[in-house]
Amino acid sequence: MTDKVTQTTLKNGLKVMLKEIHTAPIISSWVWYRVGSKDEATGKTGISHWTEHMQFKGTKKFPASVLDKAISREGGTWNAFTYLDWTTYFETMPADKIDLGLRLEADRMKNSLFNEKEVASERTVIISEREGHENEPLFRLGEAMQQVAFRVHPYHHEIVGDMADLHTITRDDLYNHYRTYYVPNNAVMAVAGDFNTKDMLARIKELYEKIPAGKTPPRLKRVEPEQKGEVRLSVEGPGETTYLQVAYRYPSANHPDFFALAVLDSLLAGASNLNMFGGGISHKTSRLYRALVDKEYAVSVSGGAAVTIDPFLYTFTLTVHPDRKAEETLSALDAEIKKMQEELVSKEEITRAMKQARAIFAYGSESITNQAFWLGYAEMFASYDWFTSYLNKLAKVTPKDVQRVARQYFQPQTRVIGTYIPNGAEA
Amino acid sequence: MAKRTALITRKSLPNPEDIFRATLPNGITVLARSNFNSPSVSVSGYISAGAIFEEDEKLGLADFVASSLMRGTQSYTFDSMYNELESVGASMGFDSGVHTTSFGGHSLVEDLPLLLNLLSESMRNPLFPANEVEKLRAQLLTGLSIRAQDTSDMSALIFDQMLYEGHPYSRPGDGFTETIQSITRDDLEEFHRLHFGPRGMVISIVGAIDPKKAFDAVSRTLGGWQVEGQKEAPALPPLKEIKKTVKKHYQLAGKSQSDVIMGTIGPRRKDPEFMAASLGNSVLGQFGMMGRIGDVVREKSGMAYYAYSSLSAGSGPGAWEVSAGVNPKNMQKAIALIEKELRRFVKNGVTKEELADSQANYVGRLPLSLESNSGVAGALVNMERYQLGLDYYQRYENMVLSVKRDDVLQAARKYINPDALVIATSGP
Repeated sequence: MTDKVTQTTLKNGLKVMLKEIHTAPIISSWVWYRVGSKDEATGKTGISHWTEHMQFKGTKKFPASVLDKAISREGGTWNAFTYLDWTTYFETMPADKIDLGLRLEADRMKNSLFNEKEVASERTVIISEREGHENEPLFRLGEAMQQVAFRVHPYHHEIVGDMADLHTITRDDLYNHYRTYYVPNNAVMAVAGDFNTKDMLARIKELYEKIPAGKTPPRLKRVEPEQKGEVRLSVEGPGETTYLQVAYRYPSANHPDFFALAVLDSLLAGASNLNMFGGGISHKTSRLYRALVDKEYAVSVSGGAAVTIDPFLYTFTLTVHPDRKAEETLSALDAEIKKMQEELVSKEEITRAMKQARAIFAYGSESITNQAFWLGYAEMFASYDWFTSYLNKLAKVTPKDVQRVARQYFQPQTRVIGTYIPNGAEA
Repeated sequence: MAKRTALITRKSLPNPEDIFRATLPNGITVLARSNFNSPSVSVSGYISAGAIFEEDEKLGLADFVASSLMRGTQSYTFDSMYNELESVGASMGFDSGVHTTSFGGHSLVEDLPLLLNLLSESMRNPLFPANEVEKLRAQLLTGLSIRAQDTSDMSALIFDQMLYEGHPYSRPGDGFTETIQSITRDDLEEFHRLHFGPRGMVISIVGAIDPKKAFDAVSRTLGGWQVEGQKEAPALPPLKEIKKTVKKHYQLAGKSQSDVIMGTIGPRRKDPEFMAASLGNSVLGQFGMMGRIGDVVREKSGMAYYAYSSLSAGSGPGAWEVSAGVNPKNMQKAIALIEKELRRFVKNGVTKEELADSQANYVGRLPLSLESNSGVAGALVNMERYQLGLDYYQRYENMVLSVKRDDVLQAARKYINPDALVIATSGP
């Protein structure tokens, strides 16, 4: 996955990343915007995600009913994702059909209609999406955790937004958001697959360079003050199963400690799969599985951090064993974290984490869509080098590094503990 | 780009020239195809042991067995087996269905021998250690309490119960709390002894390896597997006809959204109407943003985040169903809208343009669906399971394009009676 990549910036500021891959007659094209839920002020939460939905509601040239059919008819697949820091749109198509995707994205960078009626209909769709999430105990708990962990920083709300704002955001709010952030100088275009770089670049210039640059949108940045003391919360709801989440402060992806923490994550909870498309691996010999699931403190355990621009969270999620109290499960988790802090890990364990990462990268490279994804994704929080140098940086991590980051980042005073208490269970 | 692409497309699809297929003397069919674009390899397949063999009071037994296979064998403990796998970034797992227990795995190509060895060990020599069985039982029971709170799972469960009343397909593969509690270690051992064996087993290997070498590797690890008296599966009983619409609601207090599943019995994968029904289903609830159903329930009325139809044809008759997640107060409205669409579908079928759109989609999306090793490995297994032929993807385009509007209408009318639907709902 380290083949040659062409990077250039068009006159209007649009950054373009191209990677030729001739293994299958497929091209995957992505447009990334530097806007996500972290750019939303109170009262407008969920607006980035809703804007993404509106981007499927048509332009003059590609009306809503034409758009989706055109892509499907050509055997393509397309979708979009809104995250904390970014919003992205992609089309993966047979190589000779990609022009449709390129034209469509160029058009909706500027010409989406945001028709009032469509806004009204989409409002109830998104409310329904949120209601679906609310059916899940772990969504309810996660939302409470995030809101307690971030009082000041805009990472404090869920990407889908608060119900209050989903009822009150207007068409003009959405359109302004769109016009503010959807400018070429706030976007990265990433294309990978079966093309010739010179021809592809010429076509992209033809379609995109005429889109005028806008004012570079500012990013909302309010720094979260340091947490001084453990916070505990609980959420009650239907069910019989108790869930426990424990979240620690985690640095941004650009921080030098990120890689030592990635090794720690791999040893403690099992190697995280960073691919959007491509297989991961099981985690049944991670330290936490052995100590918590095998010893029957928990029925399942997972851990992982979001890759973000600003410091976010590393979260452990545990399904508490029906014969245990949440407190017992927490103590067992704490004992394992303590072990990481007190005893040096072995070199073999680090080598193992390396091999796991190498395998996960290999699975990810089977998919052209996943390779195109990485081109743009890495640009959203760092640069493409972050991705190509990932394995080398992991290889440099020492047992002492792992111990140091375990001590520095996994402190009880800076964590949030949340319990989902099922009201169907006996006390 | 265009001319070259057409050529690569045809060449890049699996075909009789590049698929290796052979059967071992003990009955195992091996399929293999190479792909040197990534240093990885995927394994996929099944053996003929499934929930069809379960007694009603032991529902979930096949699933329990599948989940136990890697939890202790003659040569490995649970931990040592997963340690071998995870130390090299490999992955492997088993899953049970009504007719088969399927398996899948992936690894770097250098670790394929390890993967095959662990696969063979799990299928042939599981010990069902008592302590592991009890740990697993607690996990399965927790899974069932989570299921009992999931509106989508519970709708699906009661949908199958109504649709397939008295038939093995009516039974949930993960069983019920009482049946999981009643399964003993002896039951697990006996199920394995009677039903696990090489006869009817299919395995496919796709990745950075020469197909003949992949075959040799399977032959070395699984060629010596012999089982006396491996039981034949009983034939599926006939289905009860649904004469008028039946409805059932599973109440779950405290939920914000209700799930609706409504539908009917569809074709089997090998039935001649399958392709026409599948294309019809695409128009009904798949194409673009989930076809006509998505258009009416989501796009026009803004009632649901998801609304689509699906056709799950397998060895036996699958379900042809429409699913939607809606606000509880909109549930009856959504059901009425879906019913109306089904009536229109059965009355008028699809338009020429709609059919052409879905046909183009079916043909155009092939390279994408066969991009990853696991995608191809799964496709090879299905070719074998449903006897589609190694030239299936060479014939595919013609098969799709030869379906006419009238074929779709006939298939719709054969399977869907809007006055005899099964409607399952779950929510507050």
